[in-house]
Amino acid sequence: METTLEAAPFVEAEVNRTLTAAEKIHFLSQMLRIRRFEQAALRQYQTSGQIGGFLHLYSGQEAVAVGTLSLRGENDHVVAGYRTHGQALAMGMTMNECMAELFGRATGCSKGKGGSMHFFAPDKNYWGGHGIVAGQTPLGLGLAFALKYKGIKGCCLCYLGDGAVNQGVYQASLNLASLWSLPVVYIIENNQYSMGTSEERSSAFRGCLAARAEAYDMAWDRCSGENIYEVRAKTWPALQRAREESRPTVLEIATYRYYGHSVADANAKKYRRPEEIEKYRTLHDPIQLWQKQLYAEGILTEAQAAELDAAAAAEVAESVRFARESPLPAPADIFSDVYVEVDRQTPAGRTGKFFFND
Amino acid sequence: MPVITYRKALNDALAEELARDENVFIIGEEVAQYNGAYKVTEGLWQRFGDKRVLDTPITEAAFVGLSIGASMLGLRPVVELMFWSFAFVAYDQIVNNAGCIRYMSGGQIHLPLVIRGPANGGTNVGATHSHTPESILANNPGVKVACPATAYDAKGLMKTAIRDDDPVFVMENTLLYGETWEVPEEEYLIPLGVADVKREGADLSLIAHGRATVTSLKAAEILAHEHNIRAEVVDLRSIRPLDEETILRSVRKTHRAVLVDENKPFGAVSAQIAAIIQEKAFDDLDAPVLRVCTLDAPAIYSPPLEKIQLPTPERIVEKVLSIA
Ligand SMILES: Cc1ncc(C[n+]2csc(CCOP(=O)(O)OP(=O)(O)O)c2C)c(N)n1
Ligand SMILES: [Mg+2]
Repeated sequence: METTLEAAPFVEAEVNRTLTAAEKIHFLSQMLRIRRFEQAALRQYQTSGQIGGFLHLYSGQEAVAVGTLSLRGENDHVVAGYRTHGQALAMGMTMNECMAELFGRATGCSKGKGGSMHFFAPDKNYWGGHGIVAGQTPLGLGLAFALKYKGIKGCCLCYLGDGAVNQGVYQASLNLASLWSLPVVYIIENNQYSMGTSEERSSAFRGCLAARAEAYDMAWDRCSGENIYEVRAKTWPALQRAREESRPTVLEIATYRYYGHSVADANAKKYRRPEEIEKYRTLHDPIQLWQKQLYAEGILTEAQAAELDAAAAAEVAESVRFARESPLPAPADIFSDVYVEVDRQTPAGRTGKFFFND
Repeated sequence: MPVITYRKALNDALAEELARDENVFIIGEEVAQYNGAYKVTEGLWQRFGDKRVLDTPITEAAFVGLSIGASMLGLRPVVELMFWSFAFVAYDQIVNNAGCIRYMSGGQIHLPLVIRGPANGGTNVGATHSHTPESILANNPGVKVACPATAYDAKGLMKTAIRDDDPVFVMENTLLYGETWEVPEEEYLIPLGVADVKREGADLSLIAHGRATVTSLKAAEILAHEHNIRAEVVDLRSIRPLDEETILRSVRKTHRAVLVDENKPFGAVSAQIAAIIQEKAFDDLDAPVLRVCTLDAPAIYSPPLEKIQLPTPERIVEKVLSIA
């Protein structure tokens, strides 16, 4: 799917017209922070020997997380897949807790128990970070259900990839979302690939993946994910539909990832032509495009942009230092956070044998 | 004391907890307007209405996942699986989400969720409907598993499960739904992790859970009358957490143990119990620990054969006589 920049009609959208210069600059700063964070994470993965497992980078997709989440309200909740650093930082998680999690440290957001795919910040309405493709899709349904049950006006934004749409549980979730009129917005981040398999080799569809919502009598839309104005203009009606009418939406956002599926993607350069990657990096980079947009609007200078970038870099450097110097979890910590009743040492948590090591 | 069915005991437990806490709701296939495939939820929809008792489409992965998500925000879903055999359709949600989210979030989240339904063979419905997944689910740290054998236990354990802040899976038994026991009218709770000695005896311990407890009690009766062997019957009630002390106390008293289990033998609950006994009470044993499990094949349909595939009093007696 080719994406083109059509900012003009979207600038005029109500949610964009009311933006202040400071807010627009903040979006840039958030995207820069995500980009810088991941570049450092990649470097640390390759050089420090302290980050294990998978590391799914979000570089190239930043405008999706920053744009959609810029519209969240106090009673909106978020759940996502495993390529989740972007959402986590956009939700207000600190670089320190995120970097420390990658380093497997006790100071990590999940105390070193979750790793890259499993960041959580329920205090910020961020419910993960889920490693099983589409496993989060009914959880999003449940968050939306709970809001409706409690009579709270809010919604759930549930993110998934283009590869997740063929999981039965996602289709089943769409059915329940529409059948029960739940305030959930499914956001398909279509970066055209699921690991090494292109969208064309994965999915049978007419028009686009979101259009499958049609079969569930459910609203859907699609947009380009390289421009924050467009992302916001298209996201807002979906959020409002959820909050005001308690109706679900599927929103498909076209985007692109620059790196391999994970750092450990041995075929990163085989299933995509280098020219394709290069084209997106140079012509469709959401950060560069937004920066240019702000220059054109006369609200940002190159010097200011450089300052923001330097601040992001400094914050990242500090997070790496923090992570390195943080303690590891103690071996005894392996057994905490398994059962809440045990952790709290309630009567229930003190009755019977919970762990079978000896 | 009133004598009621296992089914009614569960129904009372659900009704009492629905009335007690408005965050409790019941969700599953045919639980509301149809009154429950096995009538466990009979009358609850009429009494509590659409909000609290919800019929779902046939979509286990979606409604189990929905319930896990809802529990993250503090609701207390009680999910009915028409059969626990259908849990496999929702296995990812049950194991990865209910079982792991608390841990992977570093303890920031807890999931006060109950999943309940029948988990038994013996009703001639073939292999797909006759699974007993308590052993494989109890294999997941993070979840709790209970298997009540009587109406009294069913009510007390169900109420506890609903009030527990961790995910609790309650495995019932369609062959017990219509059986009756004494159940007091006053409110009571039975903690998880506490076994119940259902029959005292000095010669040998029969250790069981769920309906295998009932089968063991019948075997104990035969052993007493025909063989002059006084068998003690220990009902685990709760698989995880497990009451290791009661198991070991009984074995140290009787010096012989036969474990009775409707699981298939490989990796069964009884396999875990056997490991614990040999590790912690080896010197107390006068004979090897033996097991009577479901015969190791998919559940056969043929009604007369399925009867003997499950543990029977006769098979238990025979096993006991081989060491006593
Ligand atoms: C159920 C399941 N199957 C397979 C995987 C392995 N896997 C992880 S990510 C992925 C590709 C998913 O692609 P997509 O949904 O498009 O997300 P993207 O990586 O593009 O963000 C695969 C196959 C998994 N984690 N879970
Ligand atoms: Mg993809």
